[in-house]
Amino acid sequence: MAYEKFTVLQSTAVPLPIENVDTDQIIPARFLKATERKGFGDNLFRDWRYNQDNTPKADFVLNNPTFSGKILVGGKNFGSGSSREHAAWAVYDYGFRCVVSSFFADIFKNNCLNIGVLPVQVSESFLSLIFDAIEKNPNTSMTVDLPNQTITLDEIGKHENFDINPYKKENLQNGYDDIDYLLNLKEQIKDFAQNRPF
Amino acid sequence: MKKTLFDKVWDAHVVHQIEAGPDVLFIDRHMVHEVTSPVAFLGLKNRKIGVLYAQRTFATADHNTPTINQHLPVEDPLSANQLAALEKNAKEHNISYWGLGHEKNGIVHVVGPEYGITLPGATIVCGDSHTSTHGAFGAIAFGIGTSEVEMVLASQCIMQPKPKKMRITVDGALQKGVSPKDVALFIISQLSTSGATGYFVEYAGSTFRDMSMEGRMTVCNLSIEMGARGGMIAPDQKTFEYIQGREFTPKGNDWDTAMNYWSTLHTDEGAAFDKEFFFDGSSIEPMITFGTNPGMGIGIQKSIPQAENSGKATYEKSLNYMGFSQGDEMIGKKIDFVFLGSCTNGRIEDFRAFSEIVKGRKKADHVTAWLVPGSHQVRKAIENEGLLQILEEAGFELREPGCSACLAMNDDKIPAGKYAVSTSNRNFEGRQGPGARTLLASPIMAAAAAVTGQVTDPRTLL
Ligand code: SF4
Repeated sequence: MAYEKFTVLQSTAVPLPIENVDTDQIIPARFLKATERKGFGDNLFRDWRYNQDNTPKADFVLNNPTFSGKILVGGKNFGSGSSREHAAWAVYDYGFRCVVSSFFADIFKNNCLNIGVLPVQVSESFLSLIFDAIEKNPNTSMTVDLPNQTITLDEIGKHENFDINPYKKENLQNGYDDIDYLLNLKEQIKDFAQNRPF
Repeated sequence: MKKTLFDKVWDAHVVHQIEAGPDVLFIDRHMVHEVTSPVAFLGLKNRKIGVLYAQRTFATADHNTPTINQHLPVEDPLSANQLAALEKNAKEHNISYWGLGHEKNGIVHVVGPEYGITLPGATIVCGDSHTSTHGAFGAIAFGIGTSEVEMVLASQCIMQPKPKKMRITVDGALQKGVSPKDVALFIISQLSTSGATGYFVEYAGSTFRDMSMEGRMTVCNLSIEMGARGGMIAPDQKTFEYIQGREFTPKGNDWDTAMNYWSTLHTDEGAAFDKEFFFDGSSIEPMITFGTNPGMGIGIQKSIPQAENSGKATYEKSLNYMGFSQGDEMIGKKIDFVFLGSCTNGRIEDFRAFSEIVKGRKKADHVTAWLVPGSHQVRKAIENEGLLQILEEAGFELREPGCSACLAMNDDKIPAGKYAVSTSNRNFEGRQGPGARTLLASPIMAAAAAVTGQVTDPRTLL
């Protein structure tokens, strides 16, 4: 599915300073029953965001109008657990284009890259700096610059570089996906398949 | 060059290498289920392309299926819709489809090995993170997202950067009452839930060699819970005996050719790993979790540890959710539910172990127990081996196969605030139902809890 290209994103951010946020929190399994990729943002962090009677929980950050933006900042080991791409869809569909953490679970990170959400891994100390800055000033602006692979806290000017696979970087900047690439390799794949023993 | 088992299998599947990018990896076997596949099939339709090798994909319905009255129409309209979509997609693309009620139906990672879809030296993927289970046979098997499901359908390949390599060696005989599940929970408690992120694990040592194939599957299944993409064990005589003669395993000459290849699948002496761990199997105790991730596990005789400084807030949040305090003993905690099942512990050996404990005893009155076989084949074995009678005499019922309370997408949800001793793989907040509190443990620990109504050291009942 086509997604918006990613180059430079300047935005305020939503802080979620919790470690090991797993995909069952990002989107609980009972919301995975769709056969189309639509409306997952409504159930992002469903059980942290809403009471069982569907009223919003006032103390959860997504229900707090003080915080908003296209960047989600999470604690260490973000996205562990299930392979459900629905978690990345929910993040994207809610309106986030970038998730920042000091550590990401593999499959979640991969899923994000495949659908146009940029996972930015920063150091523990830079992550604390971000959380502190947002706590002091919820309007703290950050710039995520994909071509230069930097993330900057705009007010104080502090920045850090982040890693990304060059191939994935090019995909994100251009809005390409892997399937286009693979379809172009079809003949090579067919030759390969002929020699598989099983 | 000296190669690891992982290198040998990976390198044999690289179709194309992208400079400074991921490898294009050929996938031998692909399993699909109703939850993570519909959007992938929709993607094919939108691109106006088909499935490249339908015979390499196998579909089964499991995640979203009821575990009672499977002969009746599925009540939840959304679940019914997903099941119908899988059936339609499978038919349209000529993919083998084992739907609800089909004799081969069951949890993807249980039926794969049962029918010989899982083979040593193969690459196997599925849109479910516990695909790592199949690594027990010396396959490279891992979970993928829906975009990747679409890639595999379209091109039989995915794009993956080659992970780093880790070896976990455990030697020594396990104590009585200690099962493969305990070994895995112990390792995860040592490494943490992110300790193996970025790695593919090989399990080596006598403890794994001595395990049955079922036990090895339980261990490999839980690899993902320490962050690893997957885990594998070198195939040996036990592996070959297990797979020989199954429906989709090679036959005749093809078997001999395959055997020649499979006998090369082991890590060469002196091959390098990026990281290694060594543990003593004989000192592992029966394990139970007390928190909200699988790394929060302790030996059954221990009490809940104090928080460390880093991550204190998260730790306290977790204990708060569980209704436990630092320093609490686990033994004696009252429980409400028991779940025996899932691709972690829903195989025949798990039902044998559970039955051994409950035999001649009675289920505690206040405990609700859901016993869910991993597949129809497991269910039949339970009947044929006389286990069903033992279970029924002890006050248990056997349900029909599916993922059930492992992820609680169907009606098998643990109610809010209730405690469940569960043989599945995740104790995340709400995993088994909104507000549910999960204690992960082995089948015999679950059995001990079911008959005593509280957390009990199963060794006292052996
Ligand atoms: S039993 Fe649980 S972990 Fe296994 S396939 Fe089903 S949902 Fe996934």
